[in-house]
Amino acid sequence: MTTDLAKTPLFDWHVSRGGRIVGFAGWAMPIQYSSIIEEHNATRSAVGVTDISHMGRLRFEGPGAAVFLAETLTRRVADMALGQIRYSLVTNDAGGILDDVLVGYFHNSHGQPYYVLVVNASNRDKIVRWIADRLPPERAQRPGHEIIFTDVTRLWAMFAIQGPKSVELLQPLVNADLATMKYYRGEQVQILHPRAKRQGGIISRTGYTGEDGFELSVGATVAPAVWEALIELGGPLGALPTGLGCRDTLRLEAGMPLYGHELSEEINPFEAGLGFACHLVGYNYPGRDRLVEIQKSPLARTRVGLEPSGGRVPREGTPILVDGQTVGHVTSGSFSPTLRRPIAMGYVPLALAEPGREVTLDVRGHAEPARVVDLPFYSRKKKKGTD
Amino acid sequence: MDPKELLYAKTHEWVHVRPGAAGEKIATVGLSTFALEALTDLVFLGLPELGRQVRAGEPFGEIESVKAVSDLVSPVDGEVVEANEALADNLEGLAADPYAAGWLVKIRVTDESGLAGLMNHPIYEKHCAEEG
Repeated sequence: MTTDLAKTPLFDWHVSRGGRIVGFAGWAMPIQYSSIIEEHNATRSAVGVTDISHMGRLRFEGPGAAVFLAETLTRRVADMALGQIRYSLVTNDAGGILDDVLVGYFHNSHGQPYYVLVVNASNRDKIVRWIADRLPPERAQRPGHEIIFTDVTRLWAMFAIQGPKSVELLQPLVNADLATMKYYRGEQVQILHPRAKRQGGIISRTGYTGEDGFELSVGATVAPAVWEALIELGGPLGALPTGLGCRDTLRLEAGMPLYGHELSEEINPFEAGLGFACHLVGYNYPGRDRLVEIQKSPLARTRVGLEPSGGRVPREGTPILVDGQTVGHVTSGSFSPTLRRPIAMGYVPLALAEPGREVTLDVRGHAEPARVVDLPFYSRKKKKGTD
Repeated sequence: MDPKELLYAKTHEWVHVRPGAAGEKIATVGLSTFALEALTDLVFLGLPELGRQVRAGEPFGEIESVKAVSDLVSPVDGEVVEANEALADNLEGLAADPYAAGWLVKIRVTDESGLAGLMNHPIYEKHCAEEG
């Protein structure tokens, strides 16, 4: 089953530790090592370490890079400070969402600036094509505005280190002061590990779990050594290696959308609750004019949280009914390990979206009562100075 | 119950048939350790109401883990005469003791021909090994 799938530098480690390997967006990834609930709870209470090397990493260098990205992304790029990271969308000409991404601005070890775009694994091929189509040689080689575009996904491993003990776990391994690093900031660091001598990495205070945490990129060749150091140092802290299974339950509790579920080319950013990520004045990225129009008209539907009162889990595609009429569908549903009950997200017409609204979910033929609730389902207690 | 003496379906239900008080045949049905270890993280068990007529090869209930929901498939035709409702609030108990305290339903058998298609323990173990 796994023969046609891409493998991260940690694949052998995952297999040796009993990771249950599944195909995800063309990659052989561990969905869990022990139990999704245990791994989820370890992330909320201590720290979880997840191999996210399947995430696409696209690098842009050269004097034309900033303008090119400003004409590709919905978020401002030109005013980004060194080490800053922003959440952005890539939209098509109709204003539909091609992907949701992080864009970061860094200097390499030679002091040369570059941008890195972190894209969903499931969208990497599409986004690479989208960019390549918009970057013909006459654009990429315009004198004085050159752009070098490289897909560096396979060169760099990426780990998510998420949870209240993430600073404690990671600090001994990097030469940056993690406690004072701001949310959505990152920096080029040295990995302080004997087997990763002189290797650089990028660490950022970002994540997809609703916890405080970091994402660390290191070269593919030293990745297993760094990973094993994290697991070893993490043991006494209650850390666990965590698979993609709990990555999904964690992000769902945190109310974060996932492309292919809450986000697609047919959903516009305002419906998805991502209007904040669309900068409508300035550069003319694809779909910008259309989004200006969409923003002026009333929303047809919006993304909401749903809390069923029973124990059946409403999975993706479950119809949402009001007065016997289907008014929308569940886009993600799971059991919430933190709340110990099923939770879901879905789209409903704006008029039916107020918290407390009673709806019925048709869960595999069972009419299950549920309530519309505010997102997120879970938010951590924030410490001062990290946001 | 001794797992070695049970019959197993491809869908990982086990069944044990014994005579009831009135000479009828009572089939006790549960899920194998292999199935429960594959599911992990049980979050919901849906069992049938008493008196429900079930048919061999058709679902009589459902079991959910965090990631997925699976049908529970009846190995025989018959009527549900008992359901282990206490498990719904004790899914850990089901996983811990699937061949005794973790039984799911008892069915009064009206047609046991479905049993002919089931596997004995050695063949079932081989089936699980192949499924990986």
